[in-house]
Amino acid sequence: MTQPYDKYYVPAQSIWPIVGAVGLFLIAMGAGFSVQQMGSEQSYGLWVLTCGFVVIITMLFGWFGNVIQESMDGLYSAQMDRSFRQGMSWFIFSEIMFFGAFFGALFYARMIAVPWLGGAGNNEMTGAVLWPEFEAIWPLIQTPGGTTTEAMGWYGLPLLNTVILVISSFTLHFAHVSLEKDKRGPLKLWLAITLVLGFAFLFFQVEEYVHAYQEMGLRLDSGIYGNTFFLLTGFHGLHVTLGAIMLTVMFLRVLKGHFTGKSHFAFMASSWYWHFVDVVWLCLFLFVYVL
Amino acid sequence: MSTISDVHSDHEEHHHAPRGLMRWVLTTNHKDIGSMYLWFSFAMFIVGGAMAMIIRAELFQPGLQLVEPNFFNQMTTVHGLIMVFGAVMPAFTGLANWLVPMMIGAPDMALPRMNNWSFWILPFAFSILLASLFMEGGGPNFGWTFYAPLSTKYSPDSTALFVFAIHIMGISSIMGAINVIVTIMNLRAPGMTYMKLPLFVWTWFITAFLLIAVMPVLAGAVTMVLTDKYFGTSFFDAAGGGDPVLFQHIFWFFGHPEVYIMILPSFGIISAIVPAFSRKPLFGYSSMVYATASIAGLSFVVWAHHMFTTGMPVEAELFFMFCTMLISVPTGVKVFNWVATMWKGSLTFETPMLFAIAFIVLFTIGGFSGLMLAITPVDFQYHDTYFVVAHFHYVLVTGAIFSIMAAAYYWLPKWSGRMYDEGLGRLHFWCSLVSVNVLFFPMHFLGLGGMPRRIPDYALQFADVNAIVSIGGFAFGLSQFIFLYLVIKCIRSGEPAPAKPWEGAEGLEWDNLPSPAPYHSFTTPPEIK
Repeated sequence: MTQPYDKYYVPAQSIWPIVGAVGLFLIAMGAGFSVQQMGSEQSYGLWVLTCGFVVIITMLFGWFGNVIQESMDGLYSAQMDRSFRQGMSWFIFSEIMFFGAFFGALFYARMIAVPWLGGAGNNEMTGAVLWPEFEAIWPLIQTPGGTTTEAMGWYGLPLLNTVILVISSFTLHFAHVSLEKDKRGPLKLWLAITLVLGFAFLFFQVEEYVHAYQEMGLRLDSGIYGNTFFLLTGFHGLHVTLGAIMLTVMFLRVLKGHFTGKSHFAFMASSWYWHFVDVVWLCLFLFVYVL
Repeated sequence: MSTISDVHSDHEEHHHAPRGLMRWVLTTNHKDIGSMYLWFSFAMFIVGGAMAMIIRAELFQPGLQLVEPNFFNQMTTVHGLIMVFGAVMPAFTGLANWLVPMMIGAPDMALPRMNNWSFWILPFAFSILLASLFMEGGGPNFGWTFYAPLSTKYSPDSTALFVFAIHIMGISSIMGAINVIVTIMNLRAPGMTYMKLPLFVWTWFITAFLLIAVMPVLAGAVTMVLTDKYFGTSFFDAAGGGDPVLFQHIFWFFGHPEVYIMILPSFGIISAIVPAFSRKPLFGYSSMVYATASIAGLSFVVWAHHMFTTGMPVEAELFFMFCTMLISVPTGVKVFNWVATMWKGSLTFETPMLFAIAFIVLFTIGGFSGLMLAITPVDFQYHDTYFVVAHFHYVLVTGAIFSIMAAAYYWLPKWSGRMYDEGLGRLHFWCSLVSVNVLFFPMHFLGLGGMPRRIPDYALQFADVNAIVSIGGFAFGLSQFIFLYLVIKCIRSGEPAPAKPWEGAEGLEWDNLPSPAPYHSFTTPPEIK
């Protein structure tokens, strides 16, 4: 460790952590009540949930506002920058593990649960006694309980979305390189293209869901195939949305003249996040759609 | 070489803590946050303990005595959740907050504001969990492991709140762990190389990695429970092509690393205390580091030993059995090293050392019963009996909790600047030691005799032993108030403590900082020898 230890910024007291805790509390309560109240007359859960989001968004503006101010005042050292980078890397690692749980469920269902229900291994009687009609195939278009659905093909929208997202990773990388060389013009252009591609992806994803629900009968409750399909693509979609919001903020900050070639942690973190959702999509495309 | 506390603040603010309630709500100081974690953890220890007392009161005699079976189930469930997520984990995070910056020569944690956020999520999360007990249909009653279909088909309506409470607890743990791991990687004083780190820092480094790796998997598991219960998915329902056993796989993929999350920091604590009171350096430092890393690595490939009776293929059972038994190798290295540290040392037996020695002996008993449970054919007999309850309480109570107690006694002079009452400390130790064994040791026999866990009633032949166990339980519960009294007495009126009250103690926090430690630990990096 030969890095200079010249200054270390310990922020003074801050209101934002407790605001964030209250926000998460309202979101957790509100989400819990909303789920309980689905299909009933009551709806105060949604109000609590909305309040929670308002509080969290306020917190994000306030907290990041403080951090940006401190950063522009030059209070942060190279060491702080490294702390932020490492923190972001570990956060992305935790996100990978989150998706890992759902991919694990998918692989378990495909490789183990469904074949066993069909009588594989030492489970011959399961197939013969419980559901003799059941055929263990993947995609599971007919569940043992009798729900039927259709499988989503990989060509068409999913393929288009794959192309869009992969290109957007490249355009974002070009934006990053432009930023590092302090070329503001190309930076704005590449970042704008990335944003257009990101929102196009989300648009087509919604199209695909509408198509699945209205024309294919592929729903969240269509058995394990629909379950894994919608939870994996759904959580991925949420992450793309988050990433797109982050990039939008970065775009606005670039327009305001923020960031320099040397100091642009927020931009880099958003960029990492975007590449991460891109890689998750490639895994999704392979394991949910193609195979 | 200077620390900037705030652009607007005057110089004084580095050394004097702000006053009043807002000090605690708005703080960014690792010591304040560490103290809040520790007090919160103790409060949860008492709440979860009260639930254990209800359980033991019900089991004092056979037959349904005091509570409804459904309420009994809620007590066992919430007792487990609170002790795991509310008592043990926050206590370790509190210790990490207090100690890691001091031990590595840093002024504070790497991300001080996020640190406060991680803490303040917890009281809210546990209010939700505890509030669900008073809602219509009751709180969670499916065991802390919330196996499907108990948590999906047969659970109370409040399960949604349980799910979201777990979500925000997980967010808190992940942020806390990211903070610790970044602090250790990035804020070490110049010259503090990895292989000079105190073992407490090393064990927390690895623990933080485990937390970041598995808490998201728990989030995935509760999410699937939520969608199965409320949104018609069938992850854990065979009729839709899922499998209830899938739940157990996902849960224990989180759950087994989780049990090491609750014991690795203990190893670090014991590795600090045993050398201090043996007046000898720790035997085999580097082997301790490698053993900790091996335990963490193995923890990812042993999860299904919790599921030997679910009908897995025999190859899988063998794989998980052998991997599990492998864990006793690095664990054995650790126990050997502690004993070798004491060998021919000049031992004294102050309270921290008493707890540390009790930890070594009793944790090893828990380890041995774990080895018994690892043997698949034998586990078929022990599964879901009180033998399992005895096993994990030996590793968690006389393991994790005893090490936390040892840490509290050991570092209390550094935290408060005052000495605790040694006589009271020893009283607390001996009361705890005797009662905890009266409480948990006979459970081995109950389990071997076939008494199932999580049932409010039992066959008559278990009556006498259960009465003894309950008496041990009440005594252990009461003994903890000695500790509370001792800590309050120490903070209010203890004798002033010197910078290094323990002759054999080593580390930056003893050698380079006064007692009590200043508000910001190191404003300039200490020199590392």
